[in-house]
Amino acid sequence: MQPFAYSAPTTIKEAVEILDKHGEKARPMAGGTDLLVQIRGGRFDLDTVVDIKKIPELNEISNGNDELVLGAAVPCHKLYDDPAISKSYPGLIDAASLIGSIQIQSRSGFGGNLCNSTPSADGIAPLIVHSAVANIQGTSGSRSVPVEDFCTGPGSNVLGKGEILVSITMPNKGDKFGAAYERFIPRNEMDIAVAAVGASILLDSNGKIEEAKIALASVGPTPIFATKASEFLKGKEPNEAAFKEAAAIAKGECSPIEDMRGTADQRKHLVEVLTERMLNKSLERIGG
Amino acid sequence: MATDKIHVKTTINGRPEEFLTDPYVSLLDALREIVGLTGSKEGCLDGNCGACTVNVNGRIVDSCLVLAAEVDGQKVETVEGMASAEGLHPLQQAFLEEAALQCGICTPGFLVASKGLLDNEPDPSEERIRHWLAGNLCRCTGYENIVKAVKKAARNS
Repeated sequence: MQPFAYSAPTTIKEAVEILDKHGEKARPMAGGTDLLVQIRGGRFDLDTVVDIKKIPELNEISNGNDELVLGAAVPCHKLYDDPAISKSYPGLIDAASLIGSIQIQSRSGFGGNLCNSTPSADGIAPLIVHSAVANIQGTSGSRSVPVEDFCTGPGSNVLGKGEILVSITMPNKGDKFGAAYERFIPRNEMDIAVAAVGASILLDSNGKIEEAKIALASVGPTPIFATKASEFLKGKEPNEAAFKEAAAIAKGECSPIEDMRGTADQRKHLVEVLTERMLNKSLERIGG
Repeated sequence: MATDKIHVKTTINGRPEEFLTDPYVSLLDALREIVGLTGSKEGCLDGNCGACTVNVNGRIVDSCLVLAAEVDGQKVETVEGMASAEGLHPLQQAFLEEAALQCGICTPGFLVASKGLLDNEPDPSEERIRHWLAGNLCRCTGYENIVKAVKKAARNS
Protein backbone atom coordinates (compact mmCIF):
# COMPACT_ATOMS: atom_id res chain seq x y z
CA MET A 1 0.00 0.00 0.00
CA GLN A 2 1.04 3.62 -0.45
CA PRO A 3 2.70 4.92 2.72
CA PHE A 4 0.52 6.66 5.30
CA ALA A 5 0.71 7.24 9.04
CA TYR A 6 -1.73 5.56 11.42
CA SER A 7 -3.34 7.20 14.40
CA ALA A 8 -5.83 5.69 16.81
CA PRO A 9 -7.22 8.53 18.94
CA THR A 10 -9.27 7.70 22.01
CA THR A 11 -11.44 10.82 22.03
CA ILE A 12 -13.70 12.48 19.44
CA LYS A 13 -11.93 15.79 20.06
CA GLU A 14 -8.56 14.32 19.18
CA ALA A 15 -9.98 12.60 16.06
CA VAL A 16 -11.63 15.73 14.62
CA GLU A 17 -8.47 17.75 15.29
CA ILE A 18 -6.37 15.31 13.26
CA LEU A 19 -8.98 15.23 10.47
CA ASP A 20 -9.26 19.00 10.45
CA LYS A 21 -5.50 19.45 10.34
CA HIS A 22 -4.98 17.06 7.44
CA GLY A 23 -8.16 17.80 5.46
CA GLU A 24 -8.29 15.74 2.26
CA LYS A 25 -5.07 14.00 3.31
CA ALA A 26 -6.75 12.11 6.16
CA ARG A 27 -9.64 9.63 6.27
CA PRO A 28 -11.35 8.05 9.24
CA MET A 29 -11.35 4.25 9.25
CA ALA A 30 -13.96 2.09 10.93
CA GLY A 31 -13.88 -1.46 9.50
CA GLY A 32 -11.58 -0.48 6.66
CA THR A 33 -13.26 -2.89 4.24
CA ASP A 34 -13.89 -0.11 1.72
CA LEU A 35 -11.13 2.32 2.72
CA LEU A 36 -8.17 -0.05 2.41
CA VAL A 37 -9.42 -1.25 -0.98
CA GLN A 38 -9.80 2.37 -2.11
CA ILE A 39 -6.29 3.27 -0.89
CA ARG A 40 -4.83 0.30 -2.77
CA GLY A 41 -6.76 1.41 -5.84
CA GLY A 42 -5.22 4.88 -5.67
CA ARG A 43 -8.45 6.74 -4.93
CA PHE A 44 -6.87 8.67 -2.05
CA ASP A 45 -3.43 10.06 -1.44
CA LEU A 46 -3.35 10.12 2.33
CA ASP A 47 -0.96 11.38 4.96
CA THR A 48 -2.82 9.58 7.70
CA VAL A 49 -5.52 7.02 8.43
CA VAL A 50 -7.48 7.76 11.58
CA ASP A 51 -8.66 4.54 13.23
CA ILE A 52 -11.82 5.54 15.09
CA LYS A 53 -12.42 2.20 16.81
CA LYS A 54 -10.69 3.20 20.05
CA ILE A 55 -13.16 6.04 20.71
CA PRO A 56 -15.77 4.78 23.22
CA GLU A 57 -18.73 6.76 21.76
CA LEU A 58 -18.11 5.31 18.32
CA ASN A 59 -18.34 1.74 19.64
CA GLU A 60 -21.51 2.37 21.62
CA ILE A 61 -24.60 0.24 21.09
CA SER A 62 -27.34 1.53 23.32
CA ASN A 63 -30.65 -0.20 22.76
CA GLY A 64 -33.13 1.64 24.96
CA ASN A 65 -36.91 1.47 25.08
CA ASP A 66 -37.26 4.54 22.91
CA GLU A 67 -34.32 4.44 20.56
CA LEU A 68 -31.24 2.66 19.32
CA VAL A 69 -27.94 4.53 19.33
CA LEU A 70 -25.43 2.90 17.06
CA GLY A 71 -21.83 4.12 17.27
CA ALA A 72 -20.30 4.83 13.87
CA ALA A 73 -17.73 2.03 14.23
CA VAL A 74 -20.07 -0.78 15.33
CA PRO A 75 -19.68 -3.75 12.95
CA CYS A 76 -22.61 -5.58 11.35
CA HIS A 77 -22.33 -8.80 13.34
CA LYS A 78 -22.97 -7.04 16.64
CA LEU A 79 -26.48 -6.27 15.41
CA TYR A 80 -27.59 -9.72 14.29
CA ASP A 81 -25.89 -11.29 17.31
CA ASP A 82 -28.26 -9.23 19.51
CA PRO A 83 -31.81 -10.69 19.75
CA ALA A 84 -33.38 -7.48 21.12
CA ILE A 85 -32.01 -5.35 18.27
CA SER A 86 -32.98 -8.03 15.75
CA LYS A 87 -36.58 -7.89 16.98
CA SER A 88 -37.02 -4.10 16.90
CA TYR A 89 -34.88 -3.22 13.88
CA PRO A 90 -35.51 -5.98 11.30
CA GLY A 91 -34.63 -3.82 8.30
CA LEU A 92 -31.15 -3.27 9.71
CA ILE A 93 -30.73 -6.97 10.32
CA ASP A 94 -31.64 -7.83 6.72
CA ALA A 95 -28.86 -5.53 5.54
CA ALA A 96 -26.30 -6.49 8.21
CA SER A 97 -26.71 -10.13 7.18
CA LEU A 98 -26.03 -9.56 3.49
CA ILE A 99 -23.31 -6.90 3.37
CA GLY A 100 -20.22 -8.69 1.99
CA SER A 101 -19.22 -11.96 3.61
CA ILE A 102 -19.08 -13.15 7.23
CA GLN A 103 -15.47 -11.92 7.22
CA ILE A 104 -16.60 -8.47 6.03
CA GLN A 105 -19.47 -8.38 8.53
CA SER A 106 -16.92 -8.81 11.34
CA ARG A 107 -15.51 -5.39 10.44
CA SER A 108 -17.90 -3.35 8.30
CA GLY A 109 -20.83 -1.47 9.76
CA PHE A 110 -23.57 1.04 9.07
CA GLY A 111 -21.46 4.08 9.97
CA GLY A 112 -18.79 3.34 7.40
CA ASN A 113 -21.38 2.25 4.85
CA LEU A 114 -23.17 5.58 5.27
CA CYS A 115 -19.98 7.67 5.08
CA ASN A 116 -18.76 5.75 2.03
CA SER A 117 -22.01 6.98 0.44
CA THR A 118 -22.21 4.69 -2.58
CA PRO A 119 -25.52 4.63 -4.47
CA SER A 120 -25.63 0.85 -3.98
CA ALA A 121 -24.93 0.90 -0.24
CA ASP A 122 -26.94 -1.86 1.42
CA GLY A 123 -26.93 -0.07 4.77
CA ILE A 124 -28.44 3.28 3.87
CA ALA A 125 -31.96 2.43 2.61
CA PRO A 126 -32.66 0.38 5.78
CA LEU A 127 -31.52 3.31 7.94
CA ILE A 128 -33.90 5.62 6.06
CA VAL A 129 -36.91 3.34 6.60
CA HIS A 130 -36.00 3.12 10.28
CA SER A 131 -36.11 6.97 10.41
CA ALA A 132 -32.43 7.15 11.35
CA VAL A 133 -30.54 10.36 12.07
CA ALA A 134 -26.77 10.82 11.64
CA ASN A 135 -25.04 12.53 14.57
CA ILE A 136 -22.02 14.50 13.39
CA GLN A 137 -19.30 16.27 15.33
CA GLY A 138 -16.71 18.71 14.06
CA THR A 139 -14.17 21.07 15.55
CA SER A 140 -16.78 23.78 16.07
CA GLY A 141 -19.72 21.75 17.37
CA SER A 142 -22.19 19.01 16.59
CA ARG A 143 -25.23 18.63 14.33
CA SER A 144 -27.72 15.98 13.32
CA VAL A 145 -28.82 15.15 9.77
CA PRO A 146 -31.61 12.76 8.73
CA VAL A 147 -29.98 9.86 6.87
CA GLU A 148 -32.03 10.56 3.73
CA ASP A 149 -30.29 13.97 3.51
CA PHE A 150 -26.78 12.67 4.26
CA CYS A 151 -25.56 11.58 0.81
CA THR A 152 -25.12 14.26 -1.84
CA GLY A 153 -23.81 12.19 -4.77
CA PRO A 154 -21.90 9.00 -5.54
CA GLY A 155 -19.23 8.84 -2.82
CA SER A 156 -20.00 12.30 -1.44
CA ASN A 157 -21.94 13.46 1.59
CA VAL A 158 -22.61 16.36 3.95
CA LEU A 159 -19.52 15.79 6.13
CA GLY A 160 -17.32 18.88 6.06
CA LYS A 161 -13.63 19.31 6.80
CA GLY A 162 -12.82 17.98 10.26
CA GLU A 163 -16.27 16.47 10.75
CA ILE A 164 -16.85 12.92 11.84
CA LEU A 165 -19.91 10.69 12.08
CA VAL A 166 -20.23 9.82 15.77
CA SER A 167 -23.38 7.72 15.82
CA ILE A 168 -26.67 6.91 14.16
CA THR A 169 -29.87 7.15 16.20
CA MET A 170 -33.22 5.62 15.32
CA PRO A 171 -36.51 5.39 17.18
CA ASN A 172 -38.00 2.15 18.47
CA LYS A 173 -41.47 2.23 16.92
CA GLY A 174 -42.84 -0.64 18.96
CA ASP A 175 -44.78 -3.77 18.09
CA LYS A 176 -47.01 -2.21 15.43
CA PHE A 177 -43.93 -1.63 13.30
CA GLY A 178 -42.27 -3.83 10.70
CA ALA A 179 -39.43 -3.26 8.24
CA ALA A 180 -37.55 -5.18 5.57
CA TYR A 181 -34.73 -4.78 3.04
CA GLU A 182 -33.85 -6.85 0.00
CA ARG A 183 -31.58 -6.41 -2.98
CA PHE A 184 -31.63 -8.12 -6.35
CA ILE A 185 -28.34 -9.72 -7.38
CA PRO A 186 -27.84 -12.41 -10.03
CA ARG A 187 -26.27 -14.79 -7.49
CA ASN A 188 -26.97 -15.67 -3.87
CA GLU A 189 -24.20 -13.84 -2.01
CA MET A 190 -21.29 -11.45 -2.34
CA ASP A 191 -22.49 -9.02 -4.98
CA ILE A 192 -23.46 -5.40 -5.51
CA ALA A 193 -27.17 -4.66 -5.81
CA VAL A 194 -28.64 -4.25 -9.29
CA ALA A 195 -31.51 -2.61 -7.42
CA ALA A 196 -32.63 -2.76 -3.80
CA VAL A 197 -35.57 -1.62 -1.70
CA GLY A 198 -36.15 -1.03 1.99
CA ALA A 199 -39.63 -0.54 3.43
CA SER A 200 -41.27 -0.03 6.78
CA ILE A 201 -44.85 0.15 8.01
CA LEU A 202 -46.26 1.49 11.27
CA LEU A 203 -49.91 0.61 11.91
CA ASP A 204 -52.31 2.68 14.00
CA SER A 205 -54.72 1.24 16.57
CA ASN A 206 -57.32 0.62 13.83
CA GLY A 207 -54.92 -1.40 11.72
CA LYS A 208 -54.47 1.34 9.12
CA ILE A 209 -51.11 2.63 7.99
CA GLU A 210 -50.00 5.47 10.26
CA GLU A 211 -46.63 5.81 8.56
CA ALA A 212 -44.85 4.00 5.75
CA LYS A 213 -41.33 4.53 4.42
CA ILE A 214 -39.83 3.26 1.21
CA ALA A 215 -36.17 3.76 0.27
CA LEU A 216 -34.37 2.66 -2.88
CA ALA A 217 -30.73 1.77 -3.57
CA SER A 218 -28.66 1.40 -6.74
CA VAL A 219 -31.23 3.30 -8.81
CA GLY A 220 -29.93 6.86 -8.62
CA PRO A 221 -26.83 8.89 -7.68
CA THR A 222 -27.62 8.42 -3.98
CA PRO A 223 -29.92 6.13 -2.01
CA ILE A 224 -33.40 7.56 -2.53
CA PHE A 225 -36.16 8.18 0.01
CA ALA A 226 -39.29 7.54 -2.11
CA THR A 227 -41.38 10.21 -0.44
CA LYS A 228 -44.37 10.12 -2.83
CA ALA A 229 -44.86 6.37 -2.50
CA SER A 230 -44.32 6.59 1.26
CA GLU A 231 -46.79 9.47 1.64
CA PHE A 232 -49.38 7.73 -0.56
CA LEU A 233 -49.72 4.85 1.93
CA LYS A 234 -50.52 7.11 4.90
CA GLY A 235 -54.00 6.35 6.23
CA LYS A 236 -54.56 3.44 3.82
CA GLU A 237 -55.55 -0.11 4.66
CA PRO A 238 -52.46 -2.29 4.32
CA ASN A 239 -53.66 -4.42 1.42
CA GLU A 240 -52.54 -5.67 -1.98
CA ALA A 241 -54.14 -2.85 -3.96
CA ALA A 242 -52.45 -0.14 -1.86
CA PHE A 243 -49.07 -1.89 -1.98
CA LYS A 244 -49.29 -2.34 -5.76
CA GLU A 245 -50.07 1.32 -6.27
CA ALA A 246 -47.27 2.43 -3.91
CA ALA A 247 -44.88 0.16 -5.83
CA ALA A 248 -45.87 1.80 -9.12
CA ILE A 249 -45.31 5.25 -7.61
CA ALA A 250 -41.89 4.20 -6.23
CA LYS A 251 -40.92 3.02 -9.72
CA GLY A 252 -41.42 6.59 -10.90
CA GLU A 253 -39.24 8.01 -8.12
CA CYS A 254 -35.98 6.40 -9.23
CA SER A 255 -33.51 7.46 -11.90
CA PRO A 256 -31.30 4.48 -12.63
CA ILE A 257 -28.35 4.37 -15.00
CA GLU A 258 -27.54 1.58 -17.46
CA ASP A 259 -24.36 -0.31 -16.69
CA MET A 260 -22.93 -3.82 -16.72
CA ARG A 261 -25.13 -4.79 -13.78
CA GLY A 262 -28.44 -3.97 -15.43
CA THR A 263 -30.44 -1.77 -17.75
CA ALA A 264 -32.45 1.20 -16.54
CA ASP A 265 -35.71 -0.58 -17.45
CA GLN A 266 -34.76 -3.70 -15.54
CA ARG A 267 -33.87 -1.63 -12.50
CA LYS A 268 -37.16 0.25 -12.59
CA HIS A 269 -39.04 -3.03 -12.90
CA LEU A 270 -37.08 -4.40 -9.93
CA VAL A 271 -37.99 -1.35 -7.83
CA GLU A 272 -41.68 -2.06 -8.43
CA VAL A 273 -41.39 -5.79 -7.67
CA LEU A 274 -39.20 -5.32 -4.60
CA THR A 275 -41.28 -2.46 -3.18
CA GLU A 276 -44.42 -4.58 -3.16
CA ARG A 277 -42.47 -7.51 -1.72
CA MET A 278 -40.85 -5.43 1.04
CA LEU A 279 -44.17 -3.84 2.02
CA ASN A 280 -45.69 -7.32 2.35
CA LYS A 281 -42.70 -8.52 4.36
CA SER A 282 -42.86 -5.47 6.64
CA LEU A 283 -46.54 -6.15 7.27
CA GLU A 284 -45.91 -9.86 7.96
CA ARG A 285 -43.29 -8.93 10.53
CA ILE A 286 -45.63 -6.78 12.59
CA GLY A 287 -46.33 -8.60 15.79
CA GLY A 288 -44.19 -11.48 14.49
CA MET B 1 5.89 10.39 3.12
CA ALA B 2 7.98 9.43 6.11
CA THR B 3 6.16 7.42 8.73
CA ASP B 4 7.36 5.99 11.98
CA LYS B 5 7.29 2.26 12.59
CA ILE B 6 4.67 0.98 14.99
CA HIS B 7 5.37 -1.45 17.80
CA VAL B 8 2.70 -4.15 17.90
CA LYS B 9 2.27 -6.49 20.88
CA THR B 10 -0.16 -9.26 20.09
CA THR B 11 -0.96 -12.92 20.67
CA ILE B 12 -0.72 -15.20 17.64
CA ASN B 13 -1.92 -18.80 17.95
CA GLY B 14 -1.72 -18.50 21.73
CA ARG B 15 1.87 -17.21 21.74
CA PRO B 16 2.82 -13.63 22.63
CA GLU B 17 4.40 -11.89 19.63
CA GLU B 18 5.97 -8.46 19.28
CA PHE B 19 7.00 -6.86 16.04
CA LEU B 20 7.71 -3.53 14.39
CA THR B 21 5.69 -2.62 11.32
CA ASP B 22 5.16 0.27 8.97
CA PRO B 23 1.70 1.74 9.63
CA TYR B 24 0.46 1.00 6.10
CA VAL B 25 1.23 -2.74 6.22
CA SER B 26 -1.72 -5.12 6.26
CA LEU B 27 -2.08 -7.83 8.87
CA LEU B 28 -1.66 -10.35 6.03
CA ASP B 29 1.70 -8.92 4.98
CA ALA B 30 2.86 -8.61 8.60
CA LEU B 31 1.98 -12.25 9.28
CA ARG B 32 3.73 -13.47 6.14
CA GLU B 33 6.73 -11.19 5.94
CA ILE B 34 7.46 -10.05 9.49
CA VAL B 35 6.21 -12.87 11.71
CA GLY B 36 7.04 -15.55 9.13
CA LEU B 37 3.66 -17.30 9.10
CA THR B 38 3.04 -17.87 5.39
CA GLY B 39 -0.05 -20.08 5.74
CA SER B 40 -2.47 -17.21 5.11
CA LYS B 41 -2.54 -16.49 1.38
CA GLU B 42 -2.92 -13.36 -0.71
CA GLY B 43 -5.65 -13.64 -3.32
CA CYS B 44 -7.73 -10.68 -4.41
CA LEU B 45 -6.68 -8.01 -1.87
CA ASP B 46 -10.22 -6.63 -1.84
CA GLY B 47 -12.29 -8.85 0.41
CA ASN B 48 -13.83 -11.19 -2.14
CA CYS B 49 -11.75 -14.38 -2.01
CA GLY B 50 -11.13 -15.10 1.67
CA ALA B 51 -7.73 -16.75 1.04
CA CYS B 52 -6.24 -14.49 3.73
CA THR B 53 -8.89 -15.34 6.36
CA VAL B 54 -7.63 -15.29 9.95
CA ASN B 55 -9.44 -15.09 13.26
CA VAL B 56 -9.15 -11.94 15.39
CA ASN B 57 -10.72 -12.06 18.85
CA GLY B 58 -13.06 -14.89 17.88
CA ARG B 59 -14.30 -13.40 14.59
CA ILE B 60 -13.06 -14.33 11.13
CA VAL B 61 -11.72 -11.42 9.06
CA ASP B 62 -9.94 -10.89 5.77
CA SER B 63 -6.41 -10.10 6.96
CA CYS B 64 -5.69 -8.12 3.77
CA LEU B 65 -8.31 -5.60 4.97
CA VAL B 66 -6.88 -5.18 8.47
CA LEU B 67 -3.85 -3.06 9.28
CA ALA B 68 -1.15 -4.83 11.29
CA ALA B 69 -1.19 -1.87 13.68
CA GLU B 70 -4.82 -2.64 14.57
CA VAL B 71 -4.06 -6.01 16.18
CA ASP B 72 -2.02 -4.48 19.01
CA GLY B 73 -3.43 -6.09 22.14
CA GLN B 74 -5.65 -8.49 20.16
CA LYS B 75 -5.70 -12.27 19.76
CA VAL B 76 -4.94 -13.55 16.27
CA GLU B 77 -5.35 -17.15 15.11
CA THR B 78 -4.08 -18.44 11.79
CA VAL B 79 -4.09 -21.79 10.02
CA GLU B 80 -0.72 -22.56 11.62
CA GLY B 81 -2.46 -22.73 14.99
CA MET B 82 -5.03 -25.35 14.02
CA ALA B 83 -3.11 -28.60 14.33
CA SER B 84 -2.00 -29.65 17.82
CA ALA B 85 0.83 -31.86 19.03
CA GLU B 86 -1.64 -34.77 18.91
CA GLY B 87 -2.33 -34.32 15.22
CA LEU B 88 -4.38 -32.47 12.64
CA HIS B 89 -7.49 -30.52 13.53
CA PRO B 90 -10.66 -32.49 12.64
CA LEU B 91 -11.29 -30.01 9.81
CA GLN B 92 -7.82 -30.55 8.35
CA GLN B 93 -8.28 -34.33 8.60
CA ALA B 94 -11.69 -34.13 6.94
CA PHE B 95 -10.37 -31.89 4.12
CA LEU B 96 -7.73 -34.56 3.39
CA GLU B 97 -10.16 -37.46 3.54
CA GLU B 98 -12.78 -35.77 1.38
CA ALA B 99 -10.24 -34.37 -1.12
CA ALA B 100 -11.58 -30.90 -0.37
CA LEU B 101 -8.68 -29.23 -2.16
CA GLN B 102 -6.81 -29.37 -5.40
CA CYS B 103 -4.29 -26.55 -5.86
CA GLY B 104 -4.56 -25.65 -2.18
CA ILE B 105 -4.20 -21.89 -2.25
CA CYS B 106 -7.70 -21.28 -0.87
CA THR B 107 -7.40 -24.06 1.73
CA PRO B 108 -5.97 -22.13 4.71
CA GLY B 109 -8.74 -19.55 4.33
CA PHE B 110 -11.43 -22.23 4.11
CA LEU B 111 -10.02 -24.03 7.16
CA VAL B 112 -9.87 -20.91 9.34
CA ALA B 113 -13.31 -19.77 8.16
CA SER B 114 -14.83 -23.23 8.76
CA LYS B 115 -13.27 -23.38 12.22
CA GLY B 116 -14.86 -20.00 12.96
CA LEU B 117 -18.23 -21.59 12.19
CA LEU B 118 -17.79 -24.89 14.05
CA ASP B 119 -16.34 -23.17 17.13
CA ASN B 120 -19.69 -21.46 17.62
CA GLU B 121 -22.13 -23.77 15.84
CA PRO B 122 -21.07 -27.41 16.19
CA ASP B 123 -23.80 -28.81 13.93
CA PRO B 124 -24.59 -26.37 11.12
CA SER B 125 -26.95 -27.19 8.24
CA GLU B 126 -25.61 -27.44 4.71
CA GLU B 127 -27.29 -24.14 3.88
CA ARG B 128 -25.60 -22.49 6.86
CA ILE B 129 -22.20 -23.88 5.85
CA ARG B 130 -22.61 -22.62 2.26
CA HIS B 131 -23.76 -19.20 3.46
CA TRP B 132 -20.92 -18.95 6.00
CA LEU B 133 -18.33 -19.84 3.35
CA ALA B 134 -19.67 -17.44 0.70
CA GLY B 135 -16.69 -15.18 1.39
CA ASN B 136 -14.21 -17.89 0.40
CA LEU B 137 -13.60 -18.65 -3.26
CA CYS B 138 -12.26 -21.92 -4.65
CA ARG B 139 -11.62 -22.23 -8.37
CA CYS B 140 -10.79 -25.97 -8.33
CA THR B 141 -13.19 -28.09 -6.32
CA GLY B 142 -16.63 -26.76 -7.17
CA TYR B 143 -17.16 -26.58 -3.38
CA GLU B 144 -18.95 -29.95 -3.04
CA ASN B 145 -16.09 -31.69 -1.27
CA ILE B 146 -15.40 -28.67 0.91
CA VAL B 147 -18.98 -28.68 2.19
CA LYS B 148 -18.80 -32.46 2.69
CA ALA B 149 -15.56 -32.07 4.67
CA VAL B 150 -17.02 -29.40 6.95
CA LYS B 151 -20.04 -31.61 7.63
CA LYS B 152 -17.79 -34.57 8.36
CA ALA B 153 -15.60 -32.51 10.70
CA ALA B 154 -18.71 -31.29 12.50
CA ARG B 155 -19.73 -34.91 13.11
CA ASN B 156 -16.21 -35.88 14.24
CA SER B 157 -15.46 -32.98 16.59
